[in-house]
Amino acid sequence: MPALLLIISLLLCISAAKAEEYREVQVAEPFIELHTGPGRGYPVFHVIDRNEWIHIIKRRTDWFKIIAANGTTGWTHQQQLELTLDPEGEKTRFAQVTQAQFAQRNAEVGIMGGDMSGAQTVTMYAAYNFTANISAELSFMQAIGSFSNNLITNINLLHQAFPEWRYSPFFALGMGNIKTTPRATLVQAEDRSDLLAHVGIGTYAYVSRRFALRAEYNRYVVFSSDDDNEDIKEWKIGLVTFF
Amino acid sequence: MENRTGHIFLSTWPLIALSLMLALWQTPARAADAPDQVIKPDLKREPVKPARIDSENFEIGAYIGLLSIEDFGTNSVTGGRLAYHFSEDFFVEASYAQSKAGETSFERLSGNISLLTDTERELSYYNLSFGFNVLPGEAFVGSGLAFHTALYVIGGTGSTEFAGDDRHTLNLGFGYRFIFNDWLAGYLDIRDHIFEIDLLGENKSSHNLEVSTGVTVFF
Repeated sequence: MPALLLIISLLLCISAAKAEEYREVQVAEPFIELHTGPGRGYPVFHVIDRNEWIHIIKRRTDWFKIIAANGTTGWTHQQQLELTLDPEGEKTRFAQVTQAQFAQRNAEVGIMGGDMSGAQTVTMYAAYNFTANISAELSFMQAIGSFSNNLITNINLLHQAFPEWRYSPFFALGMGNIKTTPRATLVQAEDRSDLLAHVGIGTYAYVSRRFALRAEYNRYVVFSSDDDNEDIKEWKIGLVTFF
Repeated sequence: MENRTGHIFLSTWPLIALSLMLALWQTPARAADAPDQVIKPDLKREPVKPARIDSENFEIGAYIGLLSIEDFGTNSVTGGRLAYHFSEDFFVEASYAQSKAGETSFERLSGNISLLTDTERELSYYNLSFGFNVLPGEAFVGSGLAFHTALYVIGGTGSTEFAGDDRHTLNLGFGYRFIFNDWLAGYLDIRDHIFEIDLLGENKSSHNLEVSTGVTVFF
């Protein structure tokens, strides 16, 4: 709690200290519309005529808060702002994240949910892409089953053969550690920690902007202290964002 | 006559010579200067670097509320949340909160039997959820003030640590977000946390309703 309050107060300081320098654009169409809020449902309450200069204050998703020369503030959609001209007379363009950038990403983080031999899993991972084809990632997975809870820490190596495809398949190899905590209601309750390795296949599906979906199927081998190695199947699906 | 012609020639010849010299001196010079006559300022055009647009799609905040833990009474809960809005309609949210369970009616009636130790009574959860702003709108306070609001539905997955175990938890709920100004929002949230528990003999899904209110900051 105190840490959270500290973060909030720090954020407040940052936003207060920010220098107020806004981007200026000129309306080139007959007019652009101002909505009262950042959404298509908010009513249009003002229009700005051709040749008027406006300042862009901030952006929330695809909506931009602008201030007109007469001091009126309102929200306008990116599509409307792209019909304006910048001070050099060029069409205003906003950096758009596309699938091409997804193929060229340097890093990604994701959250996934799935099933591991009947146990529900939640996974968080971060990856670094060495090339468009090869990436390394560190993942933490919590698997909650009827008899035990498992925390699996993995280091994976991924290979994507066709990173430029919208549905880009990959092949994964990894190893790590599985920490097993039996349920408190079970009589025999001894924590265990074993080595495990896995192979997996999966696919990315680019959605839009900074988002992609990822689905995968893995087979783990747990090098347990028992005589037999354990074989575990796992699937998961989740959301990926990239940088 | 001859003398007179010679005289004219002699008297004009320096003039002719001078004009010839001037012509010879100026012609090449003018030819060399010609391209430079176009004004060519020796200035590089600085590319105009547009000011960065502050984009505010993240929300961070804290909340406080009441959590009704099935069989264990209703207790206060405090937590934090981080959300990312990736369009005007959809957002993802991660949250973490802590609470402490009370006593079951069985424990209260039976005297000094205790089902859980004090540390086992501590409940904490984290979850990752996906939200949808179903009813965005405006709320009017008096005649001069309007605030942006949104009714959202939300659901997700996570884990709850309670009674000595981690329990896979689904959450489902809805909430009302009230945006005070450009960066501050308040909300009221009602959430059901569903997990399996086998503490009281048989395995059952327990529904744990939470009502919370909090503030968040957009950044």
